[in-house]
Amino acid sequence: MLEFILLSCINTLIYGLLLFMLSSGLTLIFGLMNVLNFAHASFYMLGAYFAYEVSTHIGFWPALVFAPLGVGLVGIFIERYGLRSVHKYGHVAELLFTFGVFYVVNELVILIWGRNPVAYKIPEMLDFTLMSAMGTEFSAYRAFMLLISVSMFAVLFFAITRTRLGLIIQAALTHPDMVGSLGHNVPLVFMYVFGGGAALAGLAGVIGGNYLITEPAMALNLGPIVFVVVVVGGMGSLTGAFVASLLIAALQTFAVGFEVSLSDLLALWGVSAPDAGGFFHDLLRIEISHTRGMMPYLFMVLMLVFKPKGLMGTREE
Amino acid sequence: MKDNTAASAMRPFVVKSLAILAVVAIILLLPQIFQTRFAQSLLNQIGIAVIFALSYNMLLGQGGMLSFGHAVFYGLGGFMAIHTLKMVNNGVVPIPTELVPLIGGAFSCIFGLIFGLISTRRAAIPFALITLGIGELIASCALIFPSFFGGEEGVSANRWTDVTLSPLNFGRAGEVYLLIAAWMLVCVFLMYLLTRTPLGRMANAVRDNPERARFIGYNPHMVRTIQFSLSAFFAGIAGSLFAINFEIITAHALGMMASADVLMMTYIGGVGHFFGPILGAVLVTFLQLVLANITHAWLLYFGLLFMCMVLWAPNGISGLIMLHEPVWKAGLFKKLLPSYGRALVPGLVLFLGVIILVEINYHLSLSTNPESPMSLFGIEISAQSAPPWIASLLLMTVGFLFFRKAAFQVRDAWDEVTRRMRKGEH
Amino acid sequence: MPETILSLKGIHKNFGESEIITGVDLDVFRGERHAIIGPNGAGKSTLFNLVSGLYPVSEGRMELKGHDITKLAPHRINRRGLSRSFQTTNIFPKMSVFENIRCALLWPMGFGHSFWHLCERKKALNDRSRMVLEQIGMADRALMPAGALSYADQRFLEIGITIAGGAEIILLDEPTAGMSRHEIERTVNFIREVTEGKTLVIVEHDMGVVFDLADRISVLVYGQIIATDSPEAIKKNEKVREAYLGKEAV
Repeated sequence: MLEFILLSCINTLIYGLLLFMLSSGLTLIFGLMNVLNFAHASFYMLGAYFAYEVSTHIGFWPALVFAPLGVGLVGIFIERYGLRSVHKYGHVAELLFTFGVFYVVNELVILIWGRNPVAYKIPEMLDFTLMSAMGTEFSAYRAFMLLISVSMFAVLFFAITRTRLGLIIQAALTHPDMVGSLGHNVPLVFMYVFGGGAALAGLAGVIGGNYLITEPAMALNLGPIVFVVVVVGGMGSLTGAFVASLLIAALQTFAVGFEVSLSDLLALWGVSAPDAGGFFHDLLRIEISHTRGMMPYLFMVLMLVFKPKGLMGTREE
Repeated sequence: MKDNTAASAMRPFVVKSLAILAVVAIILLLPQIFQTRFAQSLLNQIGIAVIFALSYNMLLGQGGMLSFGHAVFYGLGGFMAIHTLKMVNNGVVPIPTELVPLIGGAFSCIFGLIFGLISTRRAAIPFALITLGIGELIASCALIFPSFFGGEEGVSANRWTDVTLSPLNFGRAGEVYLLIAAWMLVCVFLMYLLTRTPLGRMANAVRDNPERARFIGYNPHMVRTIQFSLSAFFAGIAGSLFAINFEIITAHALGMMASADVLMMTYIGGVGHFFGPILGAVLVTFLQLVLANITHAWLLYFGLLFMCMVLWAPNGISGLIMLHEPVWKAGLFKKLLPSYGRALVPGLVLFLGVIILVEINYHLSLSTNPESPMSLFGIEISAQSAPPWIASLLLMTVGFLFFRKAAFQVRDAWDEVTRRMRKGEH
Repeated sequence: MPETILSLKGIHKNFGESEIITGVDLDVFRGERHAIIGPNGAGKSTLFNLVSGLYPVSEGRMELKGHDITKLAPHRINRRGLSRSFQTTNIFPKMSVFENIRCALLWPMGFGHSFWHLCERKKALNDRSRMVLEQIGMADRALMPAGALSYADQRFLEIGITIAGGAEIILLDEPTAGMSRHEIERTVNFIREVTEGKTLVIVEHDMGVVFDLADRISVLVYGQIIATDSPEAIKKNEKVREAYLGKEAV
């Protein structure tokens, strides 16, 4: 049991920080530009594929630098030549545009790299067991992922609190209507933030793609979860996104371990469930571990119904 | 004199009725004209798609609600219908096949009311997110409630029963077409009438200015909820017809990609006019079935078409058509034609370049043996040799440059036409 | 003693730390034309937003025709017979002028959320819509999209939407804002005409309009009403002169 908790905690931390790398960019983009970037997980996918491509030709370490940069450039291009021109049609049009990007990127990835997962592997240098405690192995690559996530977090924190651009972003997050009156080149700020958010997602793809899997469905699988994180954390709140990332990660990680169903609970009370089949049969037989996939969405729907501002959000919209 | 005015007042009515009768007759006769199996299947799917897309536009176009989970109601209706059919098969209930869509629709409508209540408090982005969440929620439920959703393999039933109202027993695809066509006509008519009811008008008002609507006595939340559940009703009918047509339904029918399909289909057709989604449904379903046989890249072309619409024609095909209506009436349409012609040719060249590039890449990434020659427009080419790549890049560059030039000419032609129309007014 | 139709008791409103309305008591009588004046930032529009239900009050009680409306949503207050206009033009820009008016009539004429009636077939509804259109002088532009009207006409339409439903008490928020002298005159006559026999509460900056139109005037300064009286008495009121008229004398 202790082992399970320890292992789950580490997994939660790794998965949670990975989610935060995605949700922080999404939150910044939403907070600043009021654009819900549907294609954010596509940047994550592109990061993984770019890293795969670079690491097969040059190596993993260059990929760690070049892949996020490449994704950032793609993001800048999309903002400059696409998003900016639909801005005048309103938020729904922007959302539709990013949805279109998501769709097309998905197909382009299939076009270039095929439908099957690609062999994007953990670098050999980091492919060993760092330590094992109580029978639980902790690989060096996981430690490396933690290191990257934490340093990214530190850099992001520094950039937001110490640089000029960061201060503008902060001001814009708390007073969205004031962005225009800041006297800065707003479109340029938007472009950098969009590119930066894309690069962050790309970085998540570089370190997450080989840890999890690099396949065309990865954006579709992770994208909605990132939305959940942003909604639960509160739209436009970085701290909220951080807390929610860990929360959702914990929810999904710990659920795996519980193979308990309603009928088991009933059995504890001495009631044996009728073996009739049908809908109620299903309901009684669902193990908590099976609900792993639906848990975040249930959480999000309940959140939106009862506390639409999210955990730390200040804005309702 | 009196008779005369009465007659002239009657005339538009008569013309209208005759036009509607003609359309109905053509729709019912279509399978006699196109008798291949493929055409039968295509017509059936178009009919279903028309209902589904129009029901989606009740949200997006008329209510200003961008939903990413509309297929939930399509799927739920479909599952309900297939279970009903199954019960009829087993002799549990004697429900005539013609009325099965009604049951699917009602089932969806109930869920629409529940989900509508929780998702429509605000429109735009929060609404989009909740519908996405609900969509994913139901899709993941599908795997843990196998008794209703049938797990991976779905649920199947037999549509061929003796319990029918009409002499048909729906064994053949042609008979199913009659059922789909009848339901389609009824649904299109009802959805059209809905736009003219107090609810339909208030849905528009709430879309345009929810704040003002509150001060003329309406609660936007309630207006959206009712609109949402009615839209779910029609989506459920479409889903039921899908289930009857294919005799099987799986969880794919209510997933994210199915929602994406109807969203894109509706948008391409155009959300601003009632007939837009009909155009979208016909065009996209046609392309889907025809192109899917020819190329793997159909989804990519579909996505690119959608992106082009979002960027350059936000009102879709129907918007483009209606844009020309005043020009046509003013008799100035021929002024636009030459510039259109000049844009069309480089446009096609550009498109050809894109097609070649996409197809050779698909061949390289998807075929079992990339070295094998592939056939494109009947020409054998090798995807690994340089010529097709060079040809494609060349076509794209040339096409793009000339298309840009032509685009400016189109703009000038439009400027000229608008100037003339203004003059005509004064 | 005339009958009180709208009564505010001890109304407070704060946005976070700052208190905008600091205890307002006001009785509006049935059938009167009541103007609320005050310097910029006194909280006049906020007061309207509280009465019409757009913002929740922080403290206090509001009664409409003797019923408590303090916690009611805007549409419920509207259904009880209170209708308002906005300071900035607030219409349905993509719908036709006729459609704008007809939508405002749907609830008062009992159509609710009906999806089983066709608007075109309801003679009474359409006749009354046309009547209101004549009243606001826009019958000739009935089919134009509302967003394409001139600014002054959009303001007229806004008032048309507000009065169309036949509400007993009408709140107009700066109806003449941004209008020319000539248009203001037309508007004042128009307001007098359409609110005949109804209760009118109006926020207005233009003192000419206020003294021309109002039976009684309330002066709102820093979130409190310092005086409510007839126009003549307000002109003579020392406190009012000091707080308001002295500075922006007309």
